[in-house]
Amino acid sequence: MGKEMFCEPCALDPFTGAEQDPVLRLVGVEKTLDGRMVLDGISLEIPRGQITAIIGLSGAGKSLILKHMIGLMKPDRGQVLLDGVDINRLSRRELDAVRNRFGMLFQTGALFDSMNVFENVAFPLREKTDLPEAEVREKVRGILRKVGLEAAEEKYPDELSGGMVRRAALARAVVMDPEIILFDEPTTGLDPIIRNSILNLVCRTYHEHHFTMVMISHDLPDIFHWCHHVIVVHNGKVIEVGKAGEIQNSVNPFVRQLVEGDIAGPVQLM
Amino acid sequence: MILAVAEALGGGAIRATRALGKMGVFLGVALARAATPPYRAGNVVKQVHFIGVKSVLVIVLTAAFTGMVLALQGYHTLRKFGSEGLLGSVIALSLIRELGPVLSALMVTGRAGSALTAEIGIMRIGEQIDSLETMGIDPVRFLVAPRLLGLILSVPLLTAIFDVVGIFGGYMVGVKLLGVNAGLFFGQMEANVELVDVTNGIWKSLAFALLIGWVCTFKGYFTGRGAEGVSQATTSAVVVSSVLVLICDYFLTSVLL
Repeated sequence: MGKEMFCEPCALDPFTGAEQDPVLRLVGVEKTLDGRMVLDGISLEIPRGQITAIIGLSGAGKSLILKHMIGLMKPDRGQVLLDGVDINRLSRRELDAVRNRFGMLFQTGALFDSMNVFENVAFPLREKTDLPEAEVREKVRGILRKVGLEAAEEKYPDELSGGMVRRAALARAVVMDPEIILFDEPTTGLDPIIRNSILNLVCRTYHEHHFTMVMISHDLPDIFHWCHHVIVVHNGKVIEVGKAGEIQNSVNPFVRQLVEGDIAGPVQLM
Repeated sequence: MILAVAEALGGGAIRATRALGKMGVFLGVALARAATPPYRAGNVVKQVHFIGVKSVLVIVLTAAFTGMVLALQGYHTLRKFGSEGLLGSVIALSLIRELGPVLSALMVTGRAGSALTAEIGIMRIGEQIDSLETMGIDPVRFLVAPRLLGLILSVPLLTAIFDVVGIFGGYMVGVKLLGVNAGLFFGQMEANVELVDVTNGIWKSLAFALLIGWVCTFKGYFTGRGAEGVSQATTSAVVVSSVLVLICDYFLTSVLL
Protein backbone atom coordinates (compact mmCIF):
# COMPACT_ATOMS: atom_id res chain seq x y z
CA MET A 1 0.00 0.00 0.00
CA GLY A 2 2.70 2.41 1.13
CA LYS A 3 4.93 1.41 -1.77
CA GLU A 4 2.32 2.53 -4.29
CA MET A 5 2.86 6.09 -3.17
CA PHE A 6 6.39 6.03 -4.50
CA CYS A 7 6.27 6.51 -8.22
CA GLU A 8 8.31 4.17 -10.37
CA PRO A 9 10.71 6.77 -11.79
CA CYS A 10 11.88 7.44 -8.26
CA ALA A 11 13.40 3.99 -7.77
CA LEU A 12 16.90 4.84 -6.60
CA ASP A 13 20.09 3.67 -8.20
CA PRO A 14 22.02 1.03 -6.27
CA PHE A 15 24.13 2.26 -3.40
CA THR A 16 27.74 2.59 -4.52
CA GLY A 17 29.40 3.10 -1.16
CA ALA A 18 30.47 6.19 0.74
CA GLU A 19 34.01 5.09 1.26
CA GLN A 20 35.07 5.61 -2.35
CA ASP A 21 34.23 9.26 -2.89
CA PRO A 22 32.94 11.30 0.00
CA VAL A 23 32.22 14.89 -1.00
CA LEU A 24 31.76 16.04 2.59
CA ARG A 25 33.45 14.76 5.73
CA LEU A 26 32.99 15.74 9.33
CA VAL A 27 35.96 14.71 11.47
CA GLY A 28 35.65 14.74 15.25
CA VAL A 29 33.26 17.69 15.31
CA GLU A 30 32.43 18.93 18.80
CA LYS A 31 30.07 21.74 19.69
CA THR A 32 28.90 23.02 23.06
CA LEU A 33 25.86 25.30 23.35
CA ASP A 34 24.68 26.82 26.65
CA GLY A 35 27.09 24.56 28.52
CA ARG A 36 25.73 21.36 26.90
CA MET A 37 27.77 19.32 24.45
CA VAL A 38 25.39 19.01 21.51
CA LEU A 39 27.83 17.44 19.07
CA ASP A 40 30.21 15.01 20.70
CA GLY A 41 32.97 14.05 18.28
CA ILE A 42 30.83 13.59 15.18
CA SER A 43 32.66 11.88 12.32
CA LEU A 44 30.78 11.04 9.14
CA GLU A 45 31.08 10.98 5.37
CA ILE A 46 28.58 12.08 2.75
CA PRO A 47 28.94 10.11 -0.50
CA ARG A 48 29.00 12.11 -3.72
CA GLY A 49 25.91 11.91 -5.92
CA GLN A 50 23.85 9.95 -3.41
CA ILE A 51 20.96 10.68 -1.08
CA THR A 52 21.96 10.42 2.57
CA ALA A 53 19.41 10.57 5.36
CA ILE A 54 20.31 11.61 8.88
CA ILE A 55 17.88 10.23 11.41
CA GLY A 56 17.58 10.41 15.18
CA LEU A 57 15.42 11.71 17.98
CA SER A 58 14.46 15.37 18.16
CA GLY A 59 17.29 17.28 19.81
CA ALA A 60 19.88 14.69 18.82
CA GLY A 61 21.91 17.31 16.94
CA LYS A 62 20.85 16.56 13.35
CA SER A 63 20.10 20.17 12.34
CA LEU A 64 23.36 21.30 13.93
CA ILE A 65 25.25 18.80 11.77
CA LEU A 66 23.62 20.32 8.69
CA LYS A 67 24.51 23.84 9.86
CA HIS A 68 28.13 22.77 10.35
CA MET A 69 28.22 21.27 6.85
CA ILE A 70 27.42 24.60 5.24
CA GLY A 71 29.43 26.74 7.66
CA LEU A 72 26.49 28.37 9.43
CA MET A 73 28.07 27.16 12.66
CA LYS A 74 31.71 26.64 13.49
CA PRO A 75 32.75 23.62 15.54
CA ASP A 76 34.59 24.05 18.83
CA ARG A 77 36.82 21.20 17.72
CA GLY A 78 37.12 19.08 14.62
CA GLN A 79 36.95 19.70 10.89
CA VAL A 80 34.33 20.02 8.18
CA LEU A 81 36.01 18.96 4.94
CA LEU A 82 34.49 19.72 1.55
CA ASP A 83 36.52 17.85 -1.05
CA GLY A 84 39.31 17.74 1.51
CA VAL A 85 39.27 21.49 2.30
CA ASP A 86 38.36 22.58 5.83
CA ILE A 87 35.62 25.16 5.25
CA ASN A 88 36.21 26.71 8.67
CA ARG A 89 39.68 27.84 7.61
CA LEU A 90 38.33 29.76 4.62
CA SER A 91 37.98 33.53 4.45
CA ARG A 92 34.49 35.02 4.31
CA ARG A 93 34.78 35.47 0.54
CA GLU A 94 36.05 31.92 0.00
CA LEU A 95 33.28 30.54 2.17
CA ASP A 96 30.68 32.47 0.15
CA ALA A 97 32.15 30.92 -3.01
CA VAL A 98 31.98 27.45 -1.44
CA ARG A 99 28.36 28.05 -0.52
CA ASN A 100 27.56 28.52 -4.19
CA ARG A 101 28.01 24.75 -4.42
CA PHE A 102 25.20 24.24 -1.90
CA GLY A 103 21.46 24.60 -1.86
CA MET A 104 19.56 24.36 1.39
CA LEU A 105 15.94 23.75 2.20
CA PHE A 106 15.08 24.81 5.72
CA GLN A 107 12.45 23.19 7.92
CA THR A 108 10.31 26.32 7.78
CA GLY A 109 11.07 26.99 4.13
CA ALA A 110 12.75 30.28 5.14
CA LEU A 111 11.22 32.06 2.16
CA PHE A 112 11.66 35.84 2.27
CA ASP A 113 8.27 37.03 3.41
CA SER A 114 8.62 40.41 1.69
CA MET A 115 8.93 38.69 -1.71
CA ASN A 116 6.45 36.63 -3.70
CA VAL A 117 7.19 33.08 -4.86
CA PHE A 118 8.67 34.19 -8.17
CA GLU A 119 10.93 36.76 -6.53
CA ASN A 120 12.04 34.24 -3.90
CA VAL A 121 13.09 31.72 -6.52
CA ALA A 122 14.66 34.39 -8.74
CA PHE A 123 16.53 35.93 -5.81
CA PRO A 124 19.73 33.80 -5.96
CA LEU A 125 19.90 34.21 -9.75
CA ARG A 126 19.51 37.97 -9.54
CA GLU A 127 21.99 38.29 -6.68
CA LYS A 128 24.64 35.81 -7.71
CA THR A 129 24.61 35.78 -11.51
CA ASP A 130 24.64 38.25 -14.38
CA LEU A 131 21.87 36.46 -16.26
CA PRO A 132 19.64 38.80 -18.28
CA GLU A 133 16.20 39.26 -16.73
CA ALA A 134 14.53 37.38 -19.61
CA GLU A 135 16.65 34.29 -18.86
CA VAL A 136 15.99 34.61 -15.14
CA ARG A 137 12.25 34.63 -15.85
CA GLU A 138 12.49 31.67 -18.16
CA LYS A 139 14.53 29.63 -15.71
CA VAL A 140 12.38 30.48 -12.70
CA ARG A 141 9.14 29.73 -14.58
CA GLY A 142 10.60 26.41 -15.73
CA ILE A 143 11.44 25.39 -12.17
CA LEU A 144 8.12 26.60 -10.81
CA ARG A 145 6.40 24.47 -13.46
CA LYS A 146 8.36 21.43 -12.31
CA VAL A 147 7.33 21.91 -8.69
CA GLY A 148 3.74 22.68 -9.68
CA LEU A 149 3.72 26.30 -8.54
CA GLU A 150 3.42 28.12 -11.86
CA ALA A 151 -0.03 29.39 -10.85
CA ALA A 152 1.23 30.63 -7.48
CA GLU A 153 4.19 32.73 -8.60
CA GLU A 154 2.53 35.98 -7.52
CA LYS A 155 1.59 34.68 -4.08
CA TYR A 156 3.43 35.68 -0.93
CA PRO A 157 4.68 33.08 1.58
CA ASP A 158 1.86 33.81 4.05
CA GLU A 159 -0.67 32.92 1.33
CA LEU A 160 0.82 29.46 0.74
CA SER A 161 0.05 26.11 2.35
CA GLY A 162 2.84 24.19 4.13
CA GLY A 163 3.40 21.95 1.12
CA MET A 164 3.55 24.91 -1.28
CA VAL A 165 6.11 26.65 0.95
CA ARG A 166 8.35 23.55 0.88
CA ARG A 167 7.97 23.24 -2.91
CA ALA A 168 8.85 26.91 -3.38
CA ALA A 169 11.82 26.47 -1.05
CA LEU A 170 12.92 23.41 -3.04
CA ALA A 171 12.66 25.44 -6.25
CA ARG A 172 14.85 28.15 -4.70
CA ALA A 173 17.33 25.56 -3.41
CA VAL A 174 17.87 24.03 -6.86
CA VAL A 175 17.64 27.14 -9.05
CA MET A 176 21.41 27.69 -8.99
CA ASP A 177 22.09 24.05 -9.96
CA PRO A 178 24.04 23.30 -6.77
CA GLU A 179 26.17 20.17 -6.35
CA ILE A 180 24.94 19.49 -2.85
CA ILE A 181 21.48 20.06 -1.40
CA LEU A 182 20.80 19.95 2.32
CA PHE A 183 17.24 19.32 3.49
CA ASP A 184 16.31 20.09 7.09
CA GLU A 185 13.18 18.03 7.72
CA PRO A 186 11.55 18.87 4.38
CA THR A 187 8.32 17.05 5.21
CA THR A 188 7.77 17.70 8.91
CA GLY A 189 4.24 18.79 9.71
CA LEU A 190 2.79 17.83 6.32
CA ASP A 191 -0.02 15.37 5.69
CA PRO A 192 0.99 12.00 4.18
CA ILE A 193 -0.04 12.83 0.63
CA ILE A 194 1.76 16.17 0.54
CA ARG A 195 4.72 14.56 2.32
CA ASN A 196 5.01 11.88 -0.37
CA SER A 197 4.61 14.44 -3.13
CA ILE A 198 7.51 16.43 -1.67
CA LEU A 199 9.67 13.32 -1.33
CA ASN A 200 8.68 12.35 -4.86
CA LEU A 201 9.73 15.79 -6.06
CA VAL A 202 13.05 15.47 -4.23
CA CYS A 203 13.55 12.08 -5.83
CA ARG A 204 12.70 13.34 -9.33
CA THR A 205 15.09 16.26 -8.83
CA TYR A 206 17.74 13.74 -7.83
CA HIS A 207 17.17 11.69 -10.96
CA GLU A 208 17.37 14.73 -13.19
CA HIS A 209 20.55 16.21 -11.74
CA HIS A 210 22.18 13.58 -9.50
CA PHE A 211 22.90 16.16 -6.84
CA THR A 212 24.44 15.01 -3.60
CA MET A 213 21.58 15.23 -1.12
CA VAL A 214 21.59 15.18 2.66
CA MET A 215 18.20 14.94 4.27
CA ILE A 216 17.21 15.10 7.91
CA SER A 217 14.03 13.19 8.38
CA HIS A 218 11.63 11.79 10.93
CA ASP A 219 9.65 9.90 8.28
CA LEU A 220 10.46 6.44 9.56
CA PRO A 221 10.40 3.84 8.15
CA ASP A 222 9.34 5.48 4.83
CA ILE A 223 12.61 7.39 4.49
CA PHE A 224 14.45 4.12 3.82
CA HIS A 225 12.75 4.01 0.40
CA TRP A 226 13.96 7.50 -0.45
CA CYS A 227 17.66 7.36 0.35
CA HIS A 228 20.75 5.30 -0.34
CA HIS A 229 22.61 5.83 2.85
CA VAL A 230 21.56 6.45 6.45
CA ILE A 231 23.38 7.99 9.40
CA VAL A 232 21.83 7.50 12.84
CA VAL A 233 22.58 10.19 15.43
CA HIS A 234 21.86 10.03 19.14
CA ASN A 235 22.91 12.45 21.88
CA GLY A 236 25.32 14.26 19.58
CA LYS A 237 27.06 11.08 18.42
CA VAL A 238 26.89 8.95 15.30
CA ILE A 239 25.79 5.55 16.49
CA GLU A 240 25.31 3.73 13.20
CA VAL A 241 26.01 4.26 9.51
CA GLY A 242 25.03 2.11 6.57
CA LYS A 243 22.93 1.47 3.52
CA ALA A 244 19.23 2.13 3.94
CA GLY A 245 18.41 -1.59 4.02
CA GLU A 246 21.11 -2.31 6.58
CA ILE A 247 19.89 0.37 8.96
CA GLN A 248 16.29 -0.70 8.52
CA ASN A 249 17.26 -4.19 9.66
CA SER A 250 19.78 -3.07 12.26
CA VAL A 251 19.96 -5.08 15.50
CA ASN A 252 21.11 -2.06 17.50
CA PRO A 253 18.38 -1.69 20.17
CA PHE A 254 18.25 2.09 19.86
CA VAL A 255 17.98 1.97 16.05
CA ARG A 256 15.29 -0.71 16.32
CA GLN A 257 13.31 1.43 18.74
CA LEU A 258 13.69 4.46 16.46
CA VAL A 259 12.69 2.56 13.32
CA GLU A 260 9.71 0.89 14.95
CA GLY A 261 8.73 3.90 17.07
CA ASP A 262 8.44 1.77 20.22
CA ILE A 263 7.76 3.43 23.53
CA ALA A 264 9.66 0.64 25.27
CA GLY A 265 13.38 0.43 24.62
CA PRO A 266 16.67 2.00 25.58
CA VAL A 267 15.23 5.51 25.20
CA GLN A 268 12.75 6.24 27.98
CA LEU A 269 11.07 9.60 27.43
CA MET A 270 8.55 9.33 30.25
CA MET B 1 30.83 37.75 51.12
CA ILE B 2 33.23 40.41 49.79
CA LEU B 3 34.58 37.86 47.34
CA ALA B 4 31.07 37.07 46.10
CA VAL B 5 30.31 40.76 45.55
CA ALA B 6 33.61 41.25 43.74
CA GLU B 7 32.91 38.17 41.65
CA ALA B 8 29.42 39.42 40.72
CA LEU B 9 30.75 42.87 39.86
CA GLY B 10 33.63 41.43 37.86
CA GLY B 11 31.32 39.02 36.03
CA GLY B 12 28.96 41.85 35.18
CA ALA B 13 31.83 44.01 33.94
CA ILE B 14 33.17 41.19 31.75
CA ARG B 15 29.71 40.54 30.28
CA ALA B 16 29.18 44.25 29.61
CA THR B 17 32.62 44.55 27.98
CA ARG B 18 31.91 41.51 25.80
CA ALA B 19 28.53 42.89 24.75
CA LEU B 20 30.06 46.29 23.93
CA GLY B 21 32.86 44.60 22.02
CA LYS B 22 30.33 42.58 20.03
CA MET B 23 28.36 45.73 19.27
CA GLY B 24 31.54 47.55 18.28
CA VAL B 25 32.60 44.79 15.90
CA PHE B 26 29.08 44.69 14.44
CA LEU B 27 29.13 48.44 13.77
CA GLY B 28 32.62 48.25 12.27
CA VAL B 29 31.60 45.44 9.92
CA ALA B 30 28.35 47.19 8.97
CA LEU B 31 30.15 50.47 8.17
CA ALA B 32 32.80 48.62 6.19
CA ARG B 33 30.10 46.84 4.16
CA ALA B 34 28.24 50.11 3.63
CA ALA B 35 31.40 51.83 2.39
CA THR B 36 32.60 49.13 -0.01
CA PRO B 37 31.07 47.85 -3.27
CA PRO B 38 28.83 46.28 -4.37
CA TYR B 39 26.52 49.11 -3.32
CA ARG B 40 22.87 48.29 -3.07
CA ALA B 41 21.42 51.60 -4.21
CA GLY B 42 17.94 50.13 -4.72
CA ASN B 43 17.86 48.81 -1.16
CA VAL B 44 19.09 52.15 0.21
CA VAL B 45 16.41 54.07 -1.73
CA LYS B 46 13.80 51.65 -0.36
CA GLN B 47 15.01 52.34 3.18
CA VAL B 48 15.05 56.11 2.63
CA HIS B 49 11.43 55.78 1.53
CA PHE B 50 10.51 53.67 4.54
CA ILE B 51 12.49 55.60 7.16
CA GLY B 52 12.32 59.06 5.63
CA VAL B 53 9.26 59.56 3.45
CA LYS B 54 6.93 57.57 5.67
CA SER B 55 8.07 59.48 8.75
CA VAL B 56 7.34 62.91 7.30
CA LEU B 57 3.79 63.12 8.65
CA VAL B 58 4.74 62.27 12.22
CA ILE B 59 7.70 64.67 12.03
CA VAL B 60 5.53 67.49 10.68
CA LEU B 61 2.90 67.00 13.39
CA THR B 62 5.47 66.79 16.19
CA ALA B 63 7.39 69.77 14.86
CA ALA B 64 4.33 71.97 14.40
CA PHE B 65 3.07 71.43 17.93
CA THR B 66 6.55 71.70 19.44
CA GLY B 67 7.01 75.08 17.73
CA MET B 68 3.56 76.20 18.85
CA VAL B 69 4.20 75.22 22.48
CA LEU B 70 7.59 76.92 22.39
CA ALA B 71 5.93 80.10 21.14
CA LEU B 72 3.31 80.03 23.90
CA GLN B 73 5.81 79.34 26.67
CA GLY B 74 8.45 81.66 25.25
CA TYR B 75 6.05 84.53 24.71
CA HIS B 76 4.73 84.53 28.29
CA THR B 77 8.23 84.23 29.76
CA LEU B 78 9.80 86.87 27.50
CA ARG B 79 6.92 89.29 28.09
CA LYS B 80 7.90 89.46 31.77
CA PHE B 81 11.16 91.04 30.62
CA GLY B 82 9.64 93.03 27.77
CA SER B 83 11.58 90.97 25.25
CA GLU B 84 8.81 89.44 23.12
CA GLY B 85 10.77 90.51 20.07
CA LEU B 86 13.29 87.80 20.82
CA LEU B 87 10.63 85.10 20.42
CA GLY B 88 11.70 84.21 16.87
CA SER B 89 15.31 83.65 17.82
CA VAL B 90 14.39 81.70 20.98
CA ILE B 91 12.18 79.34 18.95
CA ALA B 92 14.67 78.96 16.10
CA LEU B 93 17.70 78.38 18.34
CA SER B 94 15.84 75.89 20.55
CA LEU B 95 14.69 73.94 17.51
CA ILE B 96 17.85 74.07 15.42
CA ARG B 97 20.30 73.37 18.23
CA GLU B 98 18.39 70.87 20.38
CA LEU B 99 14.77 70.02 19.84
CA GLY B 100 14.92 69.40 16.09
CA PRO B 101 17.71 66.79 16.15
CA VAL B 102 16.62 65.17 19.43
CA LEU B 103 12.87 64.96 18.82
CA SER B 104 13.35 63.87 15.19
CA ALA B 105 15.67 61.10 16.37
CA LEU B 106 13.19 59.99 19.04
CA MET B 107 10.33 59.98 16.54
CA VAL B 108 12.36 57.99 14.01
CA THR B 109 13.34 55.54 16.75
CA GLY B 110 9.71 54.97 17.66
CA ARG B 111 8.37 54.77 14.14
CA ALA B 112 11.15 53.25 12.04
CA GLY B 113 13.81 51.96 14.47
CA SER B 114 11.39 49.58 16.16
CA ALA B 115 10.20 48.33 12.77
CA LEU B 116 13.79 47.71 11.65
CA THR B 117 14.49 45.65 14.75
CA ALA B 118 11.28 43.65 14.39
CA GLU B 119 11.84 43.04 10.66
CA ILE B 120 15.42 41.83 11.06
CA GLY B 121 14.46 39.87 14.20
CA ILE B 122 11.66 38.05 12.40
CA MET B 123 14.05 37.27 9.56
CA ARG B 124 16.46 35.84 12.12
CA ILE B 125 13.95 33.58 13.87
CA GLY B 126 12.41 32.57 10.51
CA GLU B 127 15.86 31.37 9.34
CA GLN B 128 15.78 33.93 6.51
CA ILE B 129 19.15 35.32 7.59
CA ASP B 130 20.62 31.80 7.66
CA SER B 131 19.07 31.31 4.25
CA LEU B 132 20.91 34.38 2.91
CA GLU B 133 24.16 33.02 4.31
CA THR B 134 23.66 29.64 2.69
CA MET B 135 23.31 31.44 -0.66
CA GLY B 136 26.67 33.10 -0.08
CA ILE B 137 25.04 36.50 0.46
CA ASP B 138 26.43 38.53 3.33
CA PRO B 139 23.40 39.42 5.52
CA VAL B 140 25.17 42.43 7.03
CA ARG B 141 25.78 43.86 3.57
CA PHE B 142 22.29 42.95 2.39
CA LEU B 143 20.20 43.87 5.44
CA VAL B 144 22.14 46.08 7.84
CA ALA B 145 24.21 48.37 5.59
CA PRO B 146 21.25 49.71 3.54
CA ARG B 147 19.27 50.41 6.71
CA LEU B 148 22.20 52.21 8.28
CA LEU B 149 22.68 54.31 5.14
CA GLY B 150 18.94 54.92 4.90
CA LEU B 151 18.96 56.35 8.42
CA ILE B 152 22.09 58.43 7.83
CA LEU B 153 20.48 59.99 4.76
CA SER B 154 16.97 60.38 6.19
CA VAL B 155 17.43 61.65 9.74
CA PRO B 156 19.26 64.92 8.87
CA LEU B 157 16.62 65.66 6.22
CA LEU B 158 13.81 64.91 8.65
CA THR B 159 15.55 67.17 11.18
CA ALA B 160 15.64 69.98 8.61
CA ILE B 161 11.91 69.50 7.97
CA PHE B 162 11.33 69.47 11.74
CA ASP B 163 13.19 72.77 12.16
CA VAL B 164 11.32 74.53 9.34
CA VAL B 165 7.88 73.28 10.35
CA GLY B 166 8.59 74.01 14.03
CA ILE B 167 9.56 77.59 13.22
CA PHE B 168 6.41 77.94 11.12
CA GLY B 169 4.31 76.60 14.04
CA GLY B 170 5.99 79.12 16.33
CA TYR B 171 5.33 81.88 13.81
CA MET B 172 1.64 80.98 13.59
CA VAL B 173 1.18 81.16 17.37
CA GLY B 174 3.66 83.95 18.11
CA VAL B 175 2.82 86.30 15.24
CA LYS B 176 -0.69 85.39 14.13
CA LEU B 177 -2.19 84.46 17.50
CA LEU B 178 -0.23 86.46 20.08
CA GLY B 179 0.53 89.48 17.92
CA VAL B 180 4.33 89.59 17.93
CA ASN B 181 5.59 91.76 15.10
CA ALA B 182 6.48 89.58 12.11
CA GLY B 183 9.49 91.70 11.11
CA LEU B 184 10.86 91.51 14.63
CA PHE B 185 10.18 87.78 14.79
CA PHE B 186 12.22 87.02 11.66
CA GLY B 187 14.70 89.88 12.09
CA GLN B 188 15.83 88.66 15.50
CA MET B 189 15.95 85.13 14.20
CA GLU B 190 18.25 86.17 11.35
CA ALA B 191 20.43 88.19 13.71
CA ASN B 192 20.91 85.48 16.31
CA VAL B 193 20.95 82.20 14.40
CA GLU B 194 24.39 81.48 12.95
CA LEU B 195 25.51 78.93 10.42
CA VAL B 196 27.36 77.03 13.14
CA ASP B 197 24.03 76.41 14.92
CA VAL B 198 22.68 74.77 11.77
CA THR B 199 25.81 72.68 11.13
CA ASN B 200 25.93 71.56 14.76
CA GLY B 201 22.32 70.43 14.44
CA ILE B 202 23.23 68.44 11.35
CA TRP B 203 26.21 66.81 13.09
CA LYS B 204 23.95 65.84 15.93
CA SER B 205 21.32 64.36 13.66
CA LEU B 206 24.00 62.35 11.82
CA ALA B 207 25.33 61.00 15.13
CA PHE B 208 21.81 60.10 16.25
CA ALA B 209 21.09 58.36 12.95
CA LEU B 210 24.18 56.21 13.35
CA LEU B 211 23.26 55.45 16.95
CA ILE B 212 19.68 54.44 16.10
CA GLY B 213 20.82 52.32 13.16
CA TRP B 214 23.52 50.65 15.21
CA VAL B 215 21.32 49.75 18.17
CA CYS B 216 18.17 48.80 16.24
CA THR B 217 19.88 46.60 13.65
CA PHE B 218 22.10 44.98 16.29
CA LYS B 219 19.14 44.14 18.52
CA GLY B 220 17.26 42.63 15.57
CA TYR B 221 20.25 40.75 14.21
CA PHE B 222 20.98 39.11 17.57
CA THR B 223 17.40 38.73 18.73
CA GLY B 224 16.34 36.09 21.25
CA ARG B 225 14.30 33.01 20.47
CA GLY B 226 10.73 33.14 19.18
CA ALA B 227 8.14 35.88 19.17
CA GLU B 228 9.01 36.81 22.75
CA GLY B 229 12.64 37.31 21.78
CA VAL B 230 11.68 39.66 18.94
CA SER B 231 9.28 41.56 21.19
CA GLN B 232 11.98 42.02 23.85
CA ALA B 233 14.55 43.01 21.23
CA THR B 234 12.18 45.64 19.81
CA THR B 235 11.39 47.14 23.22
CA SER B 236 15.03 47.11 24.19
CA ALA B 237 16.06 48.72 20.88
CA VAL B 238 13.65 51.62 21.37
CA VAL B 239 14.55 52.17 25.03
CA VAL B 240 18.32 51.90 24.53
CA SER B 241 18.31 54.06 21.39
CA SER B 242 16.20 56.77 23.03
CA VAL B 243 18.32 56.91 26.17
CA LEU B 244 21.55 56.87 24.16
CA VAL B 245 20.27 59.71 21.95
CA LEU B 246 19.71 61.86 25.05
CA ILE B 247 23.06 60.94 26.61
CA CYS B 248 24.86 61.50 23.32
CA ASP B 249 23.08 64.85 22.95
CA TYR B 250 24.52 66.07 26.24
CA PHE B 251 28.08 65.13 25.32
CA LEU B 252 27.79 66.47 21.77
CA THR B 253 26.38 69.75 23.07
CA SER B 254 29.23 70.09 25.55
CA VAL B 255 31.75 69.49 22.76
CA LEU B 256 30.09 71.57 20.06
CA LEU B 257 29.13 74.61 22.14
